[in-house]
Amino acid sequence: MKSTLVALVENKPGVLNRVVSLFRRRAFNMDSLTVGRTHRPDVSRMTIIMDTEHPGDAKKIIMHLYKLIDVIEVQNLTDQARINRDLALIKIRTTDAISRNNITEFTYRYGARIVDIGPDVTIVEITGEPDHVESFIRELEPMGIIEMARTGLVSMGRGVRSMKKADHESKRHTAALLSLQSNGNSNNGSTGG
Amino acid sequence: MKLSGAEIIWECLIREGVDVVFGYPGGAILPTYDALNKYTDRIHHVLVRHEQGATHMADGYARASGRVGVAIATSGPGATNMVTGLATAMMDSTPMVCITGQVPLNAIGTDAFQETDVTGCTLPVTKHNYLVTDIHELAYTIREAFHIARTGRPGPVLVDIPKDVQNQVIDFIYPEGPIELPGYQPPKEAHEADLVAALELIKAAQKPIILAGHGVTMSGAEKELRDFAEITQTPIALTILGKGAIDEKHPLVIGMMGMHGEAAANQAIQEADLLIALGMRFDDRVTGNTKSYSPNSRKIHVEIDPSEINKNIQVDVGINGDLATVLRQLNPRLKSLEHKAWFRQIMDWKEDTNMRDIVQNSLPDGKLWAPHVIADIWKFTGGEAVTSTDVGQHQMWEAQYYPHARPRTLLTSGGLGTMGFGFPAAIGAKFAMPEEEVWAIVGDGGFQMTLCELATAKQENININIAIINNAYLGMVRQWQQMFYNERYIATPMVNPDFVLLAEAYGIPARRITTREEIEGAVEWARSINGPALLEFVVEQHDIVYPMVPAGADLHDMIRRPTDLVSQDWDNPNAV
Repeated sequence: MKSTLVALVENKPGVLNRVVSLFRRRAFNMDSLTVGRTHRPDVSRMTIIMDTEHPGDAKKIIMHLYKLIDVIEVQNLTDQARINRDLALIKIRTTDAISRNNITEFTYRYGARIVDIGPDVTIVEITGEPDHVESFIRELEPMGIIEMARTGLVSMGRGVRSMKKADHESKRHTAALLSLQSNGNSNNGSTGG
Repeated sequence: MKLSGAEIIWECLIREGVDVVFGYPGGAILPTYDALNKYTDRIHHVLVRHEQGATHMADGYARASGRVGVAIATSGPGATNMVTGLATAMMDSTPMVCITGQVPLNAIGTDAFQETDVTGCTLPVTKHNYLVTDIHELAYTIREAFHIARTGRPGPVLVDIPKDVQNQVIDFIYPEGPIELPGYQPPKEAHEADLVAALELIKAAQKPIILAGHGVTMSGAEKELRDFAEITQTPIALTILGKGAIDEKHPLVIGMMGMHGEAAANQAIQEADLLIALGMRFDDRVTGNTKSYSPNSRKIHVEIDPSEINKNIQVDVGINGDLATVLRQLNPRLKSLEHKAWFRQIMDWKEDTNMRDIVQNSLPDGKLWAPHVIADIWKFTGGEAVTSTDVGQHQMWEAQYYPHARPRTLLTSGGLGTMGFGFPAAIGAKFAMPEEEVWAIVGDGGFQMTLCELATAKQENININIAIINNAYLGMVRQWQQMFYNERYIATPMVNPDFVLLAEAYGIPARRITTREEIEGAVEWARSINGPALLEFVVEQHDIVYPMVPAGADLHDMIRRPTDLVSQDWDNPNAV
């Protein structure tokens, strides 16, 4: 299954390396990772989509993330109401009027935008839930996709609950600690010689 | 006050209470060494012979004293030589700060002479690391490094400092005030709900057992542990790094647990109805097969590092906090308990263990057995020495036959299993605790990995004793080959140097011991020498560490020492 984690980290050199290296050495799979700024210049925000084999895996990786000194707060949004956004830029071959008409129609139907039109190609931009982006791409595929770039997912929980520690007020990992007690049943201790 | 980066480093170390550093100079750290000339009245520098030795010395210093150990090296090979020592300290949570020189800022990334990506190399084996690119951040960074190294779950921190940052001069103002690390707030107290849940389990248990680990000593919770165990009359099993958490002669202590643990301790863990794990992490050498581990018990885990809770073993109550603090919360709320039937059962198991004990039962056979050597060193040092070990058979025999009464008296690489650790760690320990008697108990294999530090020991005339348990084999590997690889002894027999001559070449007095009768005299002789002394014990080659839980086997599935002790049946190690 896929888990969605959001991490607030200090905006310092090498932080991305620390997070990625942690996933690698603890043998967890990262599906996608986006990093960007927040409203605070000293805090960056990561959205991490990970493949988890066992129900307890997300909790484990959250605990390990907290061990990184530069990680301020981690939220598990997997089972929470949240907004997900993925952005794709897609370059399509449009050499005739029919294909240009088609692309205009698809774009309109999916709420996408044409951002560049040349004599032979058109670039469209689509933003939305990943499923929405996926089905748009499937529609375009028969027309011949020349190039595509996707940003990966960014997520934000709905409602008033925010990531508090961005304001440096609560420093104990309350959310994580509360979830420590419950389930997760993977007894996968290694037993090598 | 105008100071160079190099001087700032020393000023900061002095403010952290550092009085000795272990290091090795080189091009990229030379400005710092040059500045040391100004500070030799306050900081003693120990010139090692290999940077790995510096890290193990700093590690031994930290383990013996609880203070942060400091090692210094140059860029490139100097820094990469530290990786083993950092990993050792990381696995055993030792507070350590390593300072490395780096090529100048404008040369970083150009494959300059002696350039290595040191923060990259050491990222997985440090608690945290830094590359200081601005001299104005240098003092604060060093302060932060010490803070991170010694607080929470301690660990090694590395600070990489480019040569030009060391050379730059600024107005130095020491950064006072609190350290601000929004992502780093080690936990202290337990939550009330967790305490209540733990108390209920403790009250209901008929067959409880405490598993005490390194965290007891790290947290300074020795008294709290003893109080807890005595009030609830709960037996205690120790991890190897938990040795010293409580006097091992205390009637509640069963012994060490795990692969080569006391059989009674492992049996008790498997039979228990409640495990109370205090400052330990359910390492695979402690649990054996996790699927069959202590199958009928509820489990309480008190641990400062939340990532350890439910990592290897699922527990019923996980308490994330500082052990001493948590026990101080728990102890006043405990009711006196008794577990008489449970103790009778444990005593029965112990009886069987005693029957198989080679030291208690073997008849004089004219042979020198390694367990005898360890037991006699224990006896003739009054059990009061600080001992350090390498890794392998002698390490397990040390753990079995040298009961420790006080914390911080056994220094051993438990997590990483680093051969070559013991001897340099002993040097570091002696610097930290000059009043203590320090013994490095090492194997012939491990000793040869760091024996270059004999020169360091001589140069410093450090008063430690080295006991080499020489069976001319990589003994533990040989044991596995004997038991699990049909006695195919590949790459384990060793042609060794004459250790006595070798020590003498370094100017260190040494003796060879081949019979048990000579041990007492030799130990007394070594203790009488003011400076390093070396004893080589030529022991029986084909001894085996019993009991043994084969890797990945069930914890109760132990191979026991045959009861026929004198004429052991070497062809059939499984004979009982």
